[in-house]
Amino acid sequence: MSKRAKLPVWADVALIPLINVSLAFLAAGVVVALIGENPLAAVEVLVRGAFGYDEGVGYTLYYTTNFIFTGLAVAVAFHAGLFNIGGEGQAYIGGLGVGLVCLALDHLMPWWMLLPIAIGAGMLFGAAWAFIPGYLQAYRGSHVVITTIMFNFIASALMVYLLVNVLIKPGQMAPETRDIAEGASLPLMHELFAQFGIKITQTPLNLSIFVALIAAFLVWVLIWRTRWGYAIRMIGHNESAAVYSGINPKKMVVVAMAISGSLAGLVAINEVMGAQGRIVLDFVAGSGFTGIAVALMGRNHPVGIILASLLFGALFQGGAELAFEFSTITRDLVVVIQGLVILFCGALAYMMRAPLERLFGLVGARANKSEEAR
Amino acid sequence: MKKAVLKTLALSVVLASGAQAADLNPAVVFDMGGKFDKSFNQSVYDGMERFKGESGVNYREFEVTNASQREQAIRRFAQRGANPIISVGFAQAAAVDVVAGENPDVNITLIDMVVDKPNVQSVVFKEEQGSFLVGLLAAMKSETGTVSFVGGMDIPLIRKFACGYAQGAKYANPNATVISNMTGTTPSAWNDPAKGTELAVSQFDRGSDVVFAAAGGTGVGVYQAAADSGKYAIGVDSNQNYMHPGTMLTSMVKRVDVAAYNSLKAMQDGTWQGGFQSLGLAEGGVDWALDEHNAALITDEMKAAVEAAKQAIISGELTVHDYMSDNSCPALD
Repeated sequence: MSKRAKLPVWADVALIPLINVSLAFLAAGVVVALIGENPLAAVEVLVRGAFGYDEGVGYTLYYTTNFIFTGLAVAVAFHAGLFNIGGEGQAYIGGLGVGLVCLALDHLMPWWMLLPIAIGAGMLFGAAWAFIPGYLQAYRGSHVVITTIMFNFIASALMVYLLVNVLIKPGQMAPETRDIAEGASLPLMHELFAQFGIKITQTPLNLSIFVALIAAFLVWVLIWRTRWGYAIRMIGHNESAAVYSGINPKKMVVVAMAISGSLAGLVAINEVMGAQGRIVLDFVAGSGFTGIAVALMGRNHPVGIILASLLFGALFQGGAELAFEFSTITRDLVVVIQGLVILFCGALAYMMRAPLERLFGLVGARANKSEEAR
Repeated sequence: MKKAVLKTLALSVVLASGAQAADLNPAVVFDMGGKFDKSFNQSVYDGMERFKGESGVNYREFEVTNASQREQAIRRFAQRGANPIISVGFAQAAAVDVVAGENPDVNITLIDMVVDKPNVQSVVFKEEQGSFLVGLLAAMKSETGTVSFVGGMDIPLIRKFACGYAQGAKYANPNATVISNMTGTTPSAWNDPAKGTELAVSQFDRGSDVVFAAAGGTGVGVYQAAADSGKYAIGVDSNQNYMHPGTMLTSMVKRVDVAAYNSLKAMQDGTWQGGFQSLGLAEGGVDWALDEHNAALITDEMKAAVEAAKQAIISGELTVHDYMSDNSCPALD
């Protein structure tokens, strides 16, 4: 074991994820080959579909926006030692907040005045939905994993009820609200570019990607530069020690869950105020769950989360492209490929660590004998 | 290998013919249920396959997995010269509206919803009429006077089924009790056979002895429960009588396959037209299914009654209340 060396930081944060992603693609390639398609052609379609032209890039970044929000949400809870599986429901309820505000005020003000209010409403609704499981965990001992999962179902039941009976635009089949007024929904990127005379293809990508990036920065500030962040990390590492340093773990569990929920609620800025322009049924479409994989892969660090979100955004968009180009590749295979990436990058994240440490130890020993002696 | 070559050949033929706008280059966008949902989407798939078998013209397809992909997929097909595009399901209406506006040369057939554009053919069905007939049969077959309904998600479309069914049951037996349950609130409600079984069994416990499922793949569990408990079940969308001969009373068929097939056929013949079609009993868009699998279950008396009701609906003598017209269902309250 003496041959093992501590990995340099760059290997830990860049090399290992890269190797894991490559392994996942290798395994996916085998699956593609097994169903009789050329894996290299498939990879080419996937990469070109995700990054090769402006429409693909637009969709990739649009998915990325959702995943940044939900990834951050999971990460904040994770720092406090909590596993928030309720991002799906929190985002859905956040959509209710954003939607109600937009539908109430869209004829009174333009989008740039509405945006801060909508962000506030989305965060508030999302936070409220996560607050209850947080409170139950802290003061009643109901495990947050169970309660957040169940709250996903309550959220979808509530939203179906509201959309079918209360919020539906009268006289239509689809359970959707009316459209948010023209000037009040978040401008799509192609509209924005058009104002500067640049023509790009229409995609659902909208301004909220900047909201996502700002949120990522603020989460970094929160976790590593504030008192709350310190307390959150503290209870995550060792709750008893946290008590000795004067932290109230119960309160911090509730705070961490509320912050987590508020970040998930921001998905609605992208979907309800941006891409769809109205509340539609099931607009979250699994982003809340993908956020768990994103946070795992991004090591709960905002920068890692942004990169992991980009990868998953590319997989979603490139995967759709695959299903489009190859008649033998259905949407289910796309899920398989995404699952393999999650398996290698999330569940097996440490598999490559030991061999790599030995390798570095070996190289290090040759290069520097004095270190070996120590 | 040979298959792959053939496929490339077929694909290149399709792509090459796409260059001429008037040529037939069909594409279909299935909705979230997926093309093998044994029900609604699959029925469209059957229609597409039938046309492919008859004409040898291949088609392209896409199954959406989230709300944003609908517009993306329809637009992509339009840009690649697909014509006509079959859009399956009411949820695609908003996307069809946008893409049809952008591409006035592309013909789109939208199933289950109406979009008012000259190049859109909107096909909707009078589900309440077909459901009325099977409701009538259910109440006549029932010995307990209680019949039941299992829906997928609680959305207006499914309430329309439930409402027609309840009216039919009450028409046959004014004292009939109709129990109605929905499977769930997430899209998984369309494909949850276990939950379907559970609901059907609980309805049997409450006295029901005929159950009608309008719940996509969930229905499979409902029919199984009926077969296991010796009760009767009614299929939906496709003719599902064959699934459990002896306990499948009938099926409420909704001919989305015909809508898809007709669109392609009309395109081929050069007679494709935009506009609005509402297919009811009179047009053969909905009906009840009678075949060798359920012939023994339908008595002459039932057959006479259901055919009489059918004629009365077609002639306008008997009107079935449409839930969508005022968002209420007096028969089910």
